[in-house]
Amino acid sequence: MRWELDPSPSLWKVFLAYSLFVALALLLLGLLFLLYGVSPLKAYGLLLSPLGDSLGLAEVGRRTIPLLLIGAGLALAFRVGFFNIGAEGQLLMGAVGGAYVALFLPPGPWTLPLMFLLGGGLGAVWSGLAAWLRVRFGANEILTTLMQNYLVYYLVVYLVAGPWKGQMVFGFLYTDRFPPEAQLPRLGDTLVHWPTLLLGIAAALGLQLLLFRTPLGFEWRILGENPQAARYLGLKGGRLILLAALLSGFLAGLAGVGEVAGIHLRLLEPAQISLGYGFTAILVAWLARGRPLWVLFTAPLLGLILAGGDALKLALSMPFRVVDVVAGLLLLSLIGAEALSQRRLIWRR
Amino acid sequence: MEEALLRAVLFGTPILLASLGALLSERGGVVNLGVEGMMALSALAAFAAALEAGPVWGVLCGVGVGSLLGLFLGVFAVFLRANQFVAGLALAALGLGASGLLGKRYEGTPLPDPLPEGVLAGLALILALGLHLLLSRTRYGLYLRSVGENPKAADLFGVSVDGVRYLALALGGGMIGLAGAYLSLAYRPSWTDGMTSGLGWVAIALVILAGWQPLRAVLGAYFFGLLFFLQFRLQGSVPIPSEAFAAMPYLLVILVLALSGRARAPRALGQPFDRGR
Repeated sequence: MRWELDPSPSLWKVFLAYSLFVALALLLLGLLFLLYGVSPLKAYGLLLSPLGDSLGLAEVGRRTIPLLLIGAGLALAFRVGFFNIGAEGQLLMGAVGGAYVALFLPPGPWTLPLMFLLGGGLGAVWSGLAAWLRVRFGANEILTTLMQNYLVYYLVVYLVAGPWKGQMVFGFLYTDRFPPEAQLPRLGDTLVHWPTLLLGIAAALGLQLLLFRTPLGFEWRILGENPQAARYLGLKGGRLILLAALLSGFLAGLAGVGEVAGIHLRLLEPAQISLGYGFTAILVAWLARGRPLWVLFTAPLLGLILAGGDALKLALSMPFRVVDVVAGLLLLSLIGAEALSQRRLIWRR
Repeated sequence: MEEALLRAVLFGTPILLASLGALLSERGGVVNLGVEGMMALSALAAFAAALEAGPVWGVLCGVGVGSLLGLFLGVFAVFLRANQFVAGLALAALGLGASGLLGKRYEGTPLPDPLPEGVLAGLALILALGLHLLLSRTRYGLYLRSVGENPKAADLFGVSVDGVRYLALALGGGMIGLAGAYLSLAYRPSWTDGMTSGLGWVAIALVILAGWQPLRAVLGAYFFGLLFFLQFRLQGSVPIPSEAFAAMPYLLVILVLALSGRARAPRALGQPFDRGR
């Protein structure tokens, strides 16, 4: 008995593999809920509760915005073979850049565009650094981008506790409130800052076109599919990787600006700016299978999980870490199902 | 001076143990990026068991949970031949999340009878030596290295590639579990969410820095330990913000990766083995 590759699995088999793994993930998650001391059914209900009312849906929407921007960029980066795990840090860099413009430059109609520009730029610098270290020195980008997350984390903590600490706030660790010129408009009473949402949708569409309708996209896809072939064709692999990394970092930076200018209206502790968007967006991109357009569907799905995690936290005072558990299990079941469906069991040696 | 060296060894021990565990499976061709989560979950398991049944059971439980998590990674990395990097990252998130969730009731509980750090530090040194001998002098070590370099050839010679890899993941997982147990039973006898504080990632980088050699990992781990010691010692006495000190290990990992990025890894590292291909 042994495993063999199944080059063309039937749809039925793919469906079965995914159902099996999703069921296993739900089972394991339920077990964890039981061990924690809550009824799994109640926990699952809460996880899906944001779907029930318009307030919940707005919460999902608000969390979808950064996931859209980051996910679209990561879908591109993964496709090209740049494994950017540092979107979390790039988002925080974006928040820092946005906050700098909002707090220290004279306000005016140029403030918001400038915030997005500087925030995105800093995000791009941050991911570009990892790409450069990989291209120039061969440093594994999974580890460097991950370490960079910690670096910005401490940078933000330093800024809000030290030099950028607000004049008007006393016991709290955050900056002063942004001036009105640096605040993004929202939809009604919700926290959905729609300009960033539009940027996210535009990013998904734009990257899809770039990847599938331009010569540059063609080169990117060759490089991601088969680096050796790319070398024989004389493609400049280093430059292609750097460009994809810069783009994904830029989009993550934009997401960071959106969070501080659209929701918090100030720079504050890093754990409050990003609720693990960087890691969750990896799932968004992985689910989208290297197609930036598909992010339009996968980002709301993960937005729902983040909103549900918040509901669990509020209702059962469960640590927000529960989102990590859900994300980890989902990612595992995804790659497991993918691998299982591409294989078949042969009853002979 | 003597104190500095002692503290360096004690700080370096969890890094050493975890990186030996990662090194073992990487020599067999399986990347383990789940170290951080595996350490967190086994630290919690060790702490809970030690509260119930004493420190010896705590250590055993930590090692056992580490081994099981190694095999869990094996289900994806070896059995299903899924993407090892993604599987490891997912395991890291799962382990950190699950330990934060399940450990909530243990936060703030002190451990009545902690383990002496020195014993485990000595054990880590012996394990490093043992791993060196295992890799260079034993049949299993030969199999493991051949599986990591050229699984196809090893398979042709009748070595069970999957079997060797499972064993490496279980043994390595046990060492990572021991690193977790050291944290929660000896180093800081308590449980707090996030107590691994990035040590798992440092351990992974150390494997690369050490060129996949256990004895070099010893030196590297103690070097990191010395830096951690200096960080604690200098904090507050020099006009540098404490956040800069806290960020230092991560900066160091990046530097290490840049300096040793082109070190020669086991040739089949990260590649699932498929007999049919």
